[in-house]
Amino acid sequence: MKYTSQMVAKPYFIAAIGLFVGQILFGIIMGLQYVIGDFLFPEIPFNVARMVHTNLLIVWLLFGFMGASYYLVPEEAETELHSPILAKLMFWIFLIAGAATILGYLLVPYATLAEITMNDLLPTMGREFLEQPTITKIGIVIVALAFLFNIGMTILKGRKTVINLVLLIGLVGLAVFFLFAFYNPDNIVLDKMFWWFVVHLWVEGVWELILGSLLAFVLIKTTGVDREVIEKWLYVIIAMALITGLIGTGHHFFWIGTPGYWQWWGSIFSAMEPIPFFMMTVFAFNMVNKRRREHPNQPAVLWALGTGVMAFLGAGVWGFLHTLSPVNYYTHGTQITAAHGHMAFYGAYVMIVLAIISYAMPMLNGRKAANSAKSQIVEMWSFWLMTISMVFITLFLTGAGILQVYLQRMSDNPLPFMVVQDKIELFYWLREGAGVVFLIGLIVYIASFFIGKDEAEPNEA
Amino acid sequence: MSQAFTKSMARNIFYGGSMFFFLLLLVLTFDTVESLPQTDNRENLTAQVAKGKHVWENNNCIGCHTLLGEGAYFAPELGNVHKRLGKEGVIAFIKFRPKNGIPGRRSMPQFNLTDDELDAVAEFLKYTSEINTQNWPPNIQG
Repeated sequence: MKYTSQMVAKPYFIAAIGLFVGQILFGIIMGLQYVIGDFLFPEIPFNVARMVHTNLLIVWLLFGFMGASYYLVPEEAETELHSPILAKLMFWIFLIAGAATILGYLLVPYATLAEITMNDLLPTMGREFLEQPTITKIGIVIVALAFLFNIGMTILKGRKTVINLVLLIGLVGLAVFFLFAFYNPDNIVLDKMFWWFVVHLWVEGVWELILGSLLAFVLIKTTGVDREVIEKWLYVIIAMALITGLIGTGHHFFWIGTPGYWQWWGSIFSAMEPIPFFMMTVFAFNMVNKRRREHPNQPAVLWALGTGVMAFLGAGVWGFLHTLSPVNYYTHGTQITAAHGHMAFYGAYVMIVLAIISYAMPMLNGRKAANSAKSQIVEMWSFWLMTISMVFITLFLTGAGILQVYLQRMSDNPLPFMVVQDKIELFYWLREGAGVVFLIGLIVYIASFFIGKDEAEPNEA
Repeated sequence: MSQAFTKSMARNIFYGGSMFFFLLLLVLTFDTVESLPQTDNRENLTAQVAKGKHVWENNNCIGCHTLLGEGAYFAPELGNVHKRLGKEGVIAFIKFRPKNGIPGRRSMPQFNLTDDELDAVAEFLKYTSEINTQNWPPNIQG
C-alpha cells in the first residue's frame, strides 16, 4: 500500500461484508415467506423483511463504494487522503444511523416509526427503497457531503486521473440525485415519476460511472495494461451508459400515468442499454488477455471478469427481455422484474464491490499483493457458489414470472393473483434452495479471510 | 480499440453525449409535467385522497403490494383494486385482517386503522384507479 491513509477503507469493507450477511439472511426469510406465508408472522411481516433486505443492500453497497473511493483515490491522486479523521468519523455516523434505522424497522411497527421520527413534518417515508425515516435521509446527505468533500479535496491537491474524475462525477451524481428522495408530492404520478430520478438515475446512470471506474482501476492494477488504453475504454463505456440510460429512464414511464410517447422513447433507448454492459465484458476480457504481468491475486481478476459477464447478463440481457413496451405491458411488476433485479444488482454492483475488496484487502491486512494460495482457492469457490446460485435464483424467478404472466395476464381466463401464486409455488421452493446455496457461498467467502492467514503469498509469475 | 480513435475523442463523446441526452431528458420531463393534467386525474385529488396517500405510505403498503406495477410482488396489484372490490370491499378487507394471520398462508397485517384512515386510503385507491395508465393492467386481475 502506497499511502497510510488508504487504511481507512478497511472498516468500510468489513462493515459492507457484515451488512451483506444481514441482507442475505433476510432474503432467505422472505423466500420462505413466499411459500410458508405465515413464517414469522406477525413478528416480521414480509414488508419489514423486504425493507431490511433492500435497504441493507443499498447501505452495504454505499459502504463498499466509499471504502473503494478511500482506497483508490489517494493511490490515483498520489497523495494522502485529505482527512482520514473525517473519514473515520463518517464511518461511525453512517454505521450507527444505518443500524438504528434497521432496528427501527424491526422493533416497532412502521407507522410508529413514522410517528416518532416526525415524518409528518417532511413526509418522505413509505416509498420503495426510500423507506428510511426523513432524519436518516438527512443523515445520508450529511455523510455524503462530508465524503465528497474529503474525496474532492484529495483529488484537487493531487494528480487528476480519468479514473478519479469519472469516479467523482459518479459520486457527485449519486448525492445530487438522492435529493429527489425529499420530493414527495400528493400527486402519485408526479411522486412516482421523480422517484425514478433517484432509483433509475442511480442504478442505470451514475452508479455505472462508479462501476466503470472501479473496474478500470482493478484492471490497471492486475493486468498492467497501459493506462491510456484502459482510460479510452472507460470513456466509451460510460458514454454509452449515459447516452442510452438517461432517456432509458422512459422505460419506467410506460404505465404510471405519464404520456404514451414514453413507450417509444423508453423502448428504443433502453433497448440499447445492454451495449455498455457488453462493452464492459469485452473490455475486461481484452485487458486480461493483453496482460503484461501475472498478478498473484487471482480472485480479484476473477471477480473483475465476473462483473463484466454477470452485469451484461443481469442488467443487459434480463433487462432487455422485458424492456420493450409491448412486452412490458404483460411483464410489468411480476417475478420477471424480480429476476432481473436480482441478477443485475449482483452482477453489476455486488461483484464490483467484491472485486475491489478482493484486490485491496490483502494490502490492507499488511500483505504485499495477495492472500495465500489456500485462501485464494476458498475465495474462488465462493465466487462460483454465489455466482452460479444467483444464476439459478434468476432462472427460477424467470420461470415463475413466465407462468405468472401467462396465468394472470394472458390466458383466456385470467386467474386472481393469489391463485396464481399457489400454482407457481414449486419455482419459489427451488429459488429458496438456490438462495441457501448462495448463503453457503457467502459463508465460504467470509471463511476465505481466515483460512491460510499465516501462510506466505504466492509469488508473482 | 484502434489507434485512430483517440482518448480525447472518447472523452468528447462522453461529455458531449451525456450533456446532450441529459438536456433531452430535461426537455421531455418538462413536457411530461406540462401534460400530466390530462392523464393524472388531478381534478379528483381531494384532501382525503392526499391523506390516504399518507396512510398508504405510513404503513409501508408498497412493501408487499404493487401500485401501478411498482413495489413488491408478494401481494396483489392495488392500482385497480377499487375496480376489483369497490370502496366498501377495500375497507372491509383491510379492517378485518386477523391479528395473528392465517395458518400457513400469506396474510395482510392488522394495521388498526381508524374509520377515517380507512376511508382515506380507500379514496386514495379509487383516485389511483382513475389515472390514465395507457390501459394497464391488461385485465381486472392486475
